[in-house]
Amino acid sequence: MTTIEPVPVVVPQRQGRSFADGLRNALPKIVLAPSFAVILLFVYGFILWTVYLSFTTSRILPVYKWGGFDAYYRLWSQPNWYVAMQNLAIFGVLYIGICIALGLAIAILMDQRIRAEGVLRPIFLYPMALSFVVTGTAWKWFLNPGLGLENTMHNLGWTSFKFDWLVNPKMAIYTVVIAGVWQASGFVMAMFLAGLRGIDGEIIKAAQIDGASSVSIYRRIIIPLLRPVFLSAFIVLAHMAIKSYDLVIALTGGGPGNATELPSTFMYSYTFTRNQMNVGSASAVMMLMGITAIIVPYLYSELRERKQ
Amino acid sequence: MKIRMIAKLAAGAALIAMTAGAAKAAEQVEVLHWWTSGGEAAALNVLKENLQKQGVAWKDMPVAGGAGSAAMTALRARVTAGDPPTAVQLLGFDLRDWAQMGVAANLDDLAKKEGWDKVIPAALQNFSKFDGHWIAAPVNIHSTNWLWINKAALDKAGGKAPTNLAELITMLDAFKGQGLTALAHGGVPWQDGTLWEAVVLSTGGPDFYKKAVLDLDPAALSGDTMKKVFDTMSKLRTYFDPNFSGREWNLSTALVIEGKAGAQEMGDWSKGEWLRANKKPGTDFVCIRFPGTQGSVLFNADQFMMFDVGGDAEKAQLKMASAVEDPAFQIAFNTVKGSVPARTDVSNEKFDDCGKKGMADLAEASSKGTLMGSLAHGYAQPAAIKEAMLDVITQHLNGQLTTEAALKRLPEAVKAAK
Amino acid sequence: MSATQETVSAGGARTGRYFIYAALIILALVYLLPLYVMLSTSLKSLDEIRGGDMLAPPRDPSIAAWVRAWGEACIGVSCVGIKGYFWNSIKMVVPAVLISTLLGALNGYVLTKWRFPGHKLVFGMMLFACFIPFQAVLIPMARVLGTFGLSNSTTGLVLVHVIYGLGFTTLFFRNYYEAFPDELVKAAMIDGAGFFRIFWRILLPSSGPIIVVTIIYQFTNIWNDFLFGVSFSSGTSSPMTVALNNLVASSTGVKEYNVDMAAAVFAALPTLFVYVVAGRYFVRGLMAGAVKG
Repeated sequence: MTTIEPVPVVVPQRQGRSFADGLRNALPKIVLAPSFAVILLFVYGFILWTVYLSFTTSRILPVYKWGGFDAYYRLWSQPNWYVAMQNLAIFGVLYIGICIALGLAIAILMDQRIRAEGVLRPIFLYPMALSFVVTGTAWKWFLNPGLGLENTMHNLGWTSFKFDWLVNPKMAIYTVVIAGVWQASGFVMAMFLAGLRGIDGEIIKAAQIDGASSVSIYRRIIIPLLRPVFLSAFIVLAHMAIKSYDLVIALTGGGPGNATELPSTFMYSYTFTRNQMNVGSASAVMMLMGITAIIVPYLYSELRERKQ
Repeated sequence: MKIRMIAKLAAGAALIAMTAGAAKAAEQVEVLHWWTSGGEAAALNVLKENLQKQGVAWKDMPVAGGAGSAAMTALRARVTAGDPPTAVQLLGFDLRDWAQMGVAANLDDLAKKEGWDKVIPAALQNFSKFDGHWIAAPVNIHSTNWLWINKAALDKAGGKAPTNLAELITMLDAFKGQGLTALAHGGVPWQDGTLWEAVVLSTGGPDFYKKAVLDLDPAALSGDTMKKVFDTMSKLRTYFDPNFSGREWNLSTALVIEGKAGAQEMGDWSKGEWLRANKKPGTDFVCIRFPGTQGSVLFNADQFMMFDVGGDAEKAQLKMASAVEDPAFQIAFNTVKGSVPARTDVSNEKFDDCGKKGMADLAEASSKGTLMGSLAHGYAQPAAIKEAMLDVITQHLNGQLTTEAALKRLPEAVKAAK
Repeated sequence: MSATQETVSAGGARTGRYFIYAALIILALVYLLPLYVMLSTSLKSLDEIRGGDMLAPPRDPSIAAWVRAWGEACIGVSCVGIKGYFWNSIKMVVPAVLISTLLGALNGYVLTKWRFPGHKLVFGMMLFACFIPFQAVLIPMARVLGTFGLSNSTTGLVLVHVIYGLGFTTLFFRNYYEAFPDELVKAAMIDGAGFFRIFWRILLPSSGPIIVVTIIYQFTNIWNDFLFGVSFSSGTSSPMTVALNNLVASSTGVKEYNVDMAAAVFAALPTLFVYVVAGRYFVRGLMAGAVKG
């Protein structure tokens, strides 16, 4: 990155006025440099620091005493960690899958030249605007069998209705999925809607003239054209799934038992409440490796494609 | 008019300058705590006003949530930044862990002057001191092995408070028969642990509690007595209502207050809820030691750990520590909070019957050597082991582990967390 | 694209459209439920909340809880409501959003119009910053802030939000400017316009949609942040979410659900407002670039 030249345009270069020209040539890099430096330090520096910490004996605060692989050994012998990973798998698949399916479905419905779009759009989008610090209590109530939906149905006379997932260790993770989908699917809808609006109308007209049904137009033409949106949505959702924290804390606090533990809650509790900072760091390193495994191939293919 | 306005403005500016100057010069304490509402904050206000009278400003730093876990995150950030608060509400082994990092202030001179050694129970001093030096000012002593019973429901069930586990079960069955939620409980790890430790104490007695919970004897953790403990937990689980998961403790207390539930096992802070609902001990509710634990006290004490702030701030810090140990404050605070004073030389006159009983029980347990730290509140084990044990307890209570599996898992979890 | 209408027969179209409206309205009601619960609860009295049905509308609506939440509710030892914290959040959010947006725009501009060897690597590395879990950076961040004397200050909090927002803002602008014709930039250059002049006069004026997307995104994230707020601020300088948490998640005391909910609605108002008002531009902005694979 040290040998830098402006690429796209030919700036008239004259040998003589070197300082001013040099400054002018360097200006873009000077503008970019602070941001890049900050990212290098505060993201990559901190990642390295976390990696180092995972090899120390740190407990309540960072200490720089070498502890070898002890933290990793402890991490992988914690039943909680396996629960967290299993939950992340369940949560991740359902959350991403349902968000994309529902987001696409709503986007297609919204794209039928319906009337009250200006009213409906914010309704689907607003959950993204709210943090679970704000909506957590409402969700907890809603899902609680004694206060929420089940109670309401009983009051309405449907006494056999049962919805106790929140308090059932086997089902609690699915309530986390429900609330997560509620929050993010509107955003995905907006992405798909933008994608749909960006498709060239001529292609579809041509298909209609050929007598294709609307279902097959969507299946054969439109949805394949939305491939980049699928990819973007996947990336956005995948990183939100891995980082999901507020959601679990607000709804279940990780319970009942440890039924809704996720890697992010695991990491937080080991670092900040269980005084095993090295184990927490080790789990953070695992999470970062997971994120890298998803993101880097994506970035690589994305940036390469652009070139051509 | 114009002139008057200018004069006003000038006066205002002068005033602002003066108060700003005063604020800078005045002594100040910054206090991190998680007593953020209701009676607790009111109780804390007493301390704030005491200090203000002495010219010490109070900078409040409340961080609620997760039984102090958010507060601990904030504290780590502040200490790492080299800018710790003056005083921090801390519990049990956390005090030691922090002191070990060399961030504690030294209160020895003050403690010597005020004779803390003589009036604060030894079991508590274990935590208020580190390496023989005073590092914290204890505010109160809570105890966790209480049972709170709705008087009306108890009268209907025969009126006799249970004194052992068998009688407890009989009473709970009677409550069930009345159509009540027999035992109000909130399914949160620390609450599960609070119930569990009371059952351990009741089943095995104080010696077993010491062996299993304080000394972590593997045989005790997986032996027959422990099997009885877990079986009792499973049995008690059948008396909960279906919505117990994740419920805050005070909502469970509310169920008992409203007569929807019969009884609740909870620390003495729940008395605050009864008092605030204008209920009286003896007439509206009954406070007894958890059946089978009379004579022993599992304690949990709030302490203000003083951090090494150096220089001028230290003076204010010492004033605060002294104010915390002031008997008048101890009475004012603890009558509101439901706990008992952290010093044993305080008159019990202003306390209600439950408070008086708590003070008597504490003195008795302290002299008999049955005043023991509560596991659920960090006075029995360091955070790592405590949480590892709570994992097993809460998973068993929620049916994720069988009793056999829990007995096997408990010593393993302890070993892995050491 | 409204592909259906022209192809389907008239009667079918009508039932089809009924179906579309019905589906959308039902979905919308489901999405609105949590907000409805918050609003209706905040208007109820405590007795009604304890005894009643969560979904029932308030029998005797009252804004008493709102008044309490705004100006009287106790947080810690001071009982002045959440209004002060509201301004704390504003003071933090506005500079953080503006700075990170501006930097993102400049970065995007450099990365698309003033490319240099390795620009893709630089961009890739900046993008990866979006994905770091914030819990992992708390402790080292605290150390750095302490070193610069910014611990426990609004400036420090702004700095943190700017840093961890840079990845997103750069991504948005980079993708947007990628589609911006190079020819216009070249022409301006030949006319002798410099780096900043081109940015200011040519790119920025046509960046409306993406600026809206970026601001919405950053505003929401920063306003809603709890973790950084609770770690890097304290007491009366805390942002709204921290105060709300203190109010709602208090460890003891009588729970005033109506006040909790009213406070939550207050905390939600600015972001809700932004989404409702700017929602249309949001989709438009996404169309204009952010979504492009």
